[in-house]
Amino acid sequence: MKDKIVFSRRNFLRTSALASGGILIGVNFLNACAEAAQPPVDVANLDFKDFNAFIKIAENGYVTIFSPNPEIGQGVKTSMPMIIAEELDVPWDHVTVEQAPLNTEKYSRQVAGGSQSIRAGWDSLRQTGATSKQLLINAAAERWGVSAQTCTASEGIITNEEGETLGYGEVVNDAAKMEVPENAVLKDPKDYKIIGKNAVNVDIDAIITGKPLYGLDFKEEGMKYATVMRAPAFGEKLKSYDDSEAKTVNGVEEILQFGDKIAVIATNTWAAMKAKRKIKVQWEPSGNLEGSALHSQKLDAILDRKDLKVEREDGDVNKAFADADQVIERTYESPFLPHNCMEPMNFYANVTADKVYLVGPIQTPAGTASQVAKLLERDEKDIDLQMTRMGGGFGRRLYGDFVLEAAEISNLAKKPVKVVYSREDDMTAGTYRPSIKYRIKAALKDDKVTGYNLKEAAINSNMYGLIPNFFPAGAIANYKVETGNYKSDISTGAWRAPYTNFLAFAEQSFFDEIAGELQIDPVQLRLDLLDNVDEGADERIEYSASRMKDTIRLAAEKGNWGSAEPGIHKGFSAYYSHNSHVAEVVSIGMQNGFPKVKNVTVAVDCGIVVNPTGARNQVEGGVIDGIGHAMYGYFPFEDGRPKAENFDSYRLIRMQETPVVDVHFVENTLSPTGLGEPGLPPAGGALANAIKAATGQRLYQQPFINSFEKQKLQDIKV
Amino acid sequence: MATYTLKVNGKKVNVEADDDTPLLWILRDELNLVGTKFGCGIGQCGACTVHVDGEANRSCLLKASELVDHEITTIEGLAEDDDNLHPVQQAWKEVDVPQCGYCQAGQIMTASAFLKENPAPSNEEIRKAMHGNICRCAAYNRIEKAVALASKK
Repeated sequence: MKDKIVFSRRNFLRTSALASGGILIGVNFLNACAEAAQPPVDVANLDFKDFNAFIKIAENGYVTIFSPNPEIGQGVKTSMPMIIAEELDVPWDHVTVEQAPLNTEKYSRQVAGGSQSIRAGWDSLRQTGATSKQLLINAAAERWGVSAQTCTASEGIITNEEGETLGYGEVVNDAAKMEVPENAVLKDPKDYKIIGKNAVNVDIDAIITGKPLYGLDFKEEGMKYATVMRAPAFGEKLKSYDDSEAKTVNGVEEILQFGDKIAVIATNTWAAMKAKRKIKVQWEPSGNLEGSALHSQKLDAILDRKDLKVEREDGDVNKAFADADQVIERTYESPFLPHNCMEPMNFYANVTADKVYLVGPIQTPAGTASQVAKLLERDEKDIDLQMTRMGGGFGRRLYGDFVLEAAEISNLAKKPVKVVYSREDDMTAGTYRPSIKYRIKAALKDDKVTGYNLKEAAINSNMYGLIPNFFPAGAIANYKVETGNYKSDISTGAWRAPYTNFLAFAEQSFFDEIAGELQIDPVQLRLDLLDNVDEGADERIEYSASRMKDTIRLAAEKGNWGSAEPGIHKGFSAYYSHNSHVAEVVSIGMQNGFPKVKNVTVAVDCGIVVNPTGARNQVEGGVIDGIGHAMYGYFPFEDGRPKAENFDSYRLIRMQETPVVDVHFVENTLSPTGLGEPGLPPAGGALANAIKAATGQRLYQQPFINSFEKQKLQDIKV
Repeated sequence: MATYTLKVNGKKVNVEADDDTPLLWILRDELNLVGTKFGCGIGQCGACTVHVDGEANRSCLLKASELVDHEITTIEGLAEDDDNLHPVQQAWKEVDVPQCGYCQAGQIMTASAFLKENPAPSNEEIRKAMHGNICRCAAYNRIEKAVALASKK
């Protein structure tokens, strides 16, 4: 299976001879290179406006990959260079990955982020490596005066038919003067030497020795620290404030109002935080001061409506329900959830007459830079936004509200400032996973599921993209998904595995109930339903029934599904999201009437696994995150205010509640897909199903802890 | 404002600060030791963990005035130098623990102080000792493995 690829060198790859010796290859994965774009002749002048990455091959054959792509924690800074190195065919320990230094002021705005990186980059990264390798082979062939087709390269060494060899480093200076080849042959996956082997996180040394990496660590000469006071309730605005006491705090330079917010600018973080608490503010209503009880009523009212938006409809659902032997209907409810990245939101801004210089952790640099330009009425060319490593994202850093705050404060104060959120700011300033209710109804006839109707009622916005076409779409002939929403002043946004993080819980709990009614094993029910799917018949259906079945069987086998163990109760769940298929078996025991999650066995089909240690880490984390939030994530509102604001009142899963996660990958040679998110959605459903098996109690509301009275929030022991 | 002489990573340093300034912000803002992380400010997450006289402490809850004449060690001072990592750091690397990495300095400082007290812990003891440190990426399985591995080094 040799995959021949042809594409124009003008479109993606340029070379230059380095002044110090060696070759520098500039790559643009996403767009065609500009006509005049040329890599520099020294690596101190890397310019990421024209290229996404640079590959330097030195005269000793060692390879350095320079990338401006920062990390949010999903490991692409390690796995993406592995793909280049594989096709370039160099030993991984000859490869260094460097994040281009922050002070180059030449960061790309073309960088993609999020869980699609590997999937989107798979072809172009392989092509980059393969084309670079061919270029080096061509240089060696010319030196020997033989045809390049008679030469091969492996592990950084080129060999001809006579058995003569040249190291990559010996031909780099010649290669830098040669034409970039138009075509290159990609490896057969069975020949992979780097892909599929464990590679430790390339930033590990800096992380474990405490080097400055994150936005909060960034400093510049003359920089001030700013904290921001925002309305404590959604639906409130600023009426008046008295900052006389706050101004007396040592280190405070200035307190200023912008919109309905107040900024404290100080010479150090502590002074800015302390002074903020001393501002006496009066707020007044600007909208509805809503609470969770009201939201629950509003969402129920939406579920009762007959005129919801139809997202997908197959067959005749009404007839299926009219003809049914039995109809099951259940409603599931989730709270809002804050993201709680460990690194609180922060951003540096230095707005001057010449330019707007922004540095910090953000997943959407291009869109955010445009928003800043608009806010400050500046030309987009004036905006220079640089990214740092991110202390978690989970969706929160898709939204640049804190970048806008930093830019506005710097613009008003005419100083370089770094806005720093306290944990309380981070948890109460908004952009939550929306509170959602699902009502699911199934028609059962002759021991089959003949009809399915899912209604989603959500705060602010609904499921998007192809989600209405996820399983069981295609598996049940009469199928309908409907949505509606209630607009609230409480701000909402993407949260790790948006919508599916709760939808999967609802559906996977519901299938367990159907299996119970039909007196069939829950795993078998899913396999039977998948047998109904006519694969490839509907292009909106992305999941593969055959891959899903293999994944389900692997999880069932590895998780010893169906075998009884004393004191252990199991739950099953399977879900496709973010282009990967995942199935999970959760095993729990009961301790003093409380569920103790012991093990989670996970099967994943994400195609080729580029970096197994990194991939496992993502799945382990996603599963534990899913278990943790299903179990403990509770974020109710009253009078427009969240009732939790720090980790003493908001519970995250901790070490002693953590199960052992055992990850198995389905082995195949299909293109790789993302892993940052797909492990999470099935976890909550599998846990709920295990709790049902253990206690007989079926849970319809997250978090589950609220169903176990004795263990409510006051029991958090740290 | 007052001037305090602190001993940080074996060196004496003079810092000027209000007497209620947490050690965390003295380290980060005044001494440029940014490896110690801010997570919650109320001693609940462990991201800011440092050693005071060898014991794990939350630097967000410590005041400069309480620290004169005590030995403070931060993540930057845990190993002799970057080529001679502490066994806990070595284990962290072998197990490939971090995802986003932000909480890891605090985890490592908690683990290294714990292993000094209890050089051969059971898994249960490790889980209890590390319970106060939140990892939002939930790399808990690997943290547990790394602490166990470090105890054998």
